Amino acid sequence: MTGLLATVGGVFTSVDQDYLSQARQMQALSLAVHIPLVCFGIAFPAMVLYCEWRYLRTGDALFRTLARRWSKIMLALFAVGVVTGTILSFEFGLLWPAFMANFANVFGLGFTLEGFSFFIEAIFIGIYVYGWDRLPPRAHFLSGIPIAIAGVTGSLFVISVNGWMNHPGGFTLQEGRAVNEHPWSALFGNSFFWHEFVHMYFAGYIVAGFLVAGAYAWAFLRGRWGRYERTALTVALSAAAIAAPLQVVIGDWAAREVASAQPTKLAALEGLGQTTRGAPEHLLGWYNGHDVVYGIEIPRLLSLLAFHDPNATVQGLNAVPIADQPPVNVVRFSFQTMVGIGTLLALLGVVYLYVRLRHRRLPNSTWFYRAVMLAGPLSVTALWAGWITTEVGRQPWIVYHVMRTTDAVTEARGIPVGYGTLIVVYLALAGGVAWLLRRFSRAPLEVDRHG
Amino acid sequence: MAEIPMAFILAGLAAYTVLAGADFGAGLWTLLAGGGPASRVAVRDHARHAMGPVWEANHVWLIFVLVVCWTAYPVVFGSIMSTLAIPVFLAAVGIILRGASYALRGQLDTSRAQHPIENLFALSSILTPFALGTVVGGIASGRVPVGNAAGDPVTSWLNPTSVVIGALAVATGGYLAAVYLAADAHRLGERTLELDFRARALVSGLCAGALALAALVVVRSDAPALFHGLTSDGGIAAVGVSVAAGLMTLFLVWRRHFGPARASAALAVAAIVAGWALAQRPRVLPGLTIDQAAASRPTLLATIIAVACGAIVLVPSLLLLFRLVLRGRLDPADTPSATILPPRTPRKEQNHLLAAFAAATFLIGVGMTVIANSGWVLALGIICLFACAISTFGLAAADPSQQTESRIHG
Repeated sequence: MTGLLATVGGVFTSVDQDYLSQARQMQALSLAVHIPLVCFGIAFPAMVLYCEWRYLRTGDALFRTLARRWSKIMLALFAVGVVTGTILSFEFGLLWPAFMANFANVFGLGFTLEGFSFFIEAIFIGIYVYGWDRLPPRAHFLSGIPIAIAGVTGSLFVISVNGWMNHPGGFTLQEGRAVNEHPWSALFGNSFFWHEFVHMYFAGYIVAGFLVAGAYAWAFLRGRWGRYERTALTVALSAAAIAAPLQVVIGDWAAREVASAQPTKLAALEGLGQTTRGAPEHLLGWYNGHDVVYGIEIPRLLSLLAFHDPNATVQGLNAVPIADQPPVNVVRFSFQTMVGIGTLLALLGVVYLYVRLRHRRLPNSTWFYRAVMLAGPLSVTALWAGWITTEVGRQPWIVYHVMRTTDAVTEARGIPVGYGTLIVVYLALAGGVAWLLRRFSRAPLEVDRHG
Repeated sequence: MAEIPMAFILAGLAAYTVLAGADFGAGLWTLLAGGGPASRVAVRDHARHAMGPVWEANHVWLIFVLVVCWTAYPVVFGSIMSTLAIPVFLAAVGIILRGASYALRGQLDTSRAQHPIENLFALSSILTPFALGTVVGGIASGRVPVGNAAGDPVTSWLNPTSVVIGALAVATGGYLAAVYLAADAHRLGERTLELDFRARALVSGLCAGALALAALVVVRSDAPALFHGLTSDGGIAAVGVSVAAGLMTLFLVWRRHFGPARASAALAVAAIVAGWALAQRPRVLPGLTIDQAAASRPTLLATIIAVACGAIVLVPSLLLLFRLVLRGRLDPADTPSATILPPRTPRKEQNHLLAAFAAATFLIGVGMTVIANSGWVLALGIICLFACAISTFGLAAADPSQQTESRIHG
């Protein structure tokens, strides 16, 4: 198949790029910066609207204050998400022009649709946040609903493209480029895409919920524990605590999809060298090119997880040449990080829900609130680890089994300069956002209570 | 059919130039604040407040242009982005800095740390339109050959046409911003600010006009093919419309008819985009016509359907936003005009039913999701899990305020 790729209609030829790995790191950095903001795009509008809805129902001004304060953070994070998302769309062309030139006609539709979601989000977030006090209460609440819907559809359309890259279809390959494409069925008739979307949707609530709750857990530990803080923590933590245990079930579904569509990725997740019947799973350890060493072996677990059958045969890495295998230890380590953190978060969620629903109160233990503070950064780590698992696990392919990443990269020079610049700019951005959130948290409640 | 997505791209480009261009211009004026009748601080505050609610929506036009370009004309997109990587990257850096400084300053009117952020914002507001202008110049002067980084990485955008179009992009942004901000000041009844921005609009309008003429001279020697296109058939008509609308705007601004001036200023700038397209037609890149560049029929059709359906949602939303903004409904208020609801006694909630529903959907959802490998059973299982999540949230988040004071702090 690579023979065909050498001549892309004689236009986009196979490339000699010295800095492929820097290009990949640059893309990874940009995604890592953007993805936590996507979580807020998915989950935060719904949380803000829930608070405002409670205000409309009860007339309790506390919920209005809460929704108002959160909506300011929502707008600031959206603005940062807008620019980091723009950078991603620039980088598709800057770093991977051959991928775009040859395949964007198949998956571009997803981004076109996402563009409209983005429009709706941007328009109504302006109306909503600037419309406090200015619009009648119900009209204001209604103006927030499109934000919540567009936040979800936007991520749906983008993930449909990722689903296509992992499980491509809906086109014919001719001289290395896609022809006779059918974009609707390629994107939305793709069985691989739905689990990715649902998994990310739940992740959105876990990340946004735990991060927001963490801020109020910190307030608890610092002795600020008024009705405002309790309410804010309850709303945010309830969202995360419900999503975290359910994510285990969704993750199980995702693993089975990977097992059937991308057996090589599954083998890399575990570090399974040889095709094995009743394959075991190793916790920790290191893949040495043949086996996992220094790990804790759990017999038959991989077969059970991947196929729900302890005796199922799992395809090993040896089924494909070394050149077609992803970097196993990176994938494996990321996967274990995601699963490990995800399990801890699910446990924390269950503890919270038990106390909250059984005893109708919030937990009392200082340790619980310390754990909630920690859960925010941990959930972001799990999010990154999950995306590394699926994206590095896809390597060496940019379009799975169709186009190699090495054939997609730009021929332009200067990637290290761009990468270095982006690191500096993003560090400054992170500093700016941290400073901003700190200032938000210190603004007195009265500012939002009146006016 | 191959030309319809290009029409979308050009419409998006015109909208981006007119709307986001004015936002860039507002940034320019924060740098050049002071010197007029209004104080430095007043000019800056006015520029900031005017773009508050619309900035993000205006920016999205750029995304729209990019996504339609790569969907319908993927080879064109790959060629442009790889050859013109440097100015595109500079524009990207400018966009990050602008968005970040916007997020930072927009919320913090009283901060002392605002000054450096203000300058960062202003500088990035110049860098981004200039860099994007050089990109347009590189494409228009035929310096982007088809292929992966096939053109010269430097002279493709550092050339007379690119530089003059970059400067023109900055100037037209300033001009549009001054007209819009004068109109906003007029609406708010800020007489000093209105006069200040009126003067700015007149001066920058003349500058932009002079630059546009200079651009024609430069293009004549640097890109004869483009010049030929601009001076014949549709090209000359569009240039004529732009000149007429530009002069009209100057007159309207001078007579303080700011409402119509908004429209004619936008027309003057949009006509330049149209003129460029007509001048280059049907060639997109050297040796590549629009028919050759276009994706195949199903993709073009899908793009057209997507944009048409999107427009059904987008156009009313945009009209709503602009109507609210132009009527001052989103201006910062001294006194809240909206009513505050009176407190009500909460109703007793049917928690047991909800709890039973949550438990049932949990069991069914987990069961179906774990057993099924695909198909409707799986889909139903996932839906049950969503239902479980929502109902459990209803239970867990309900009335947290009414719980007993479990603990004051320890």
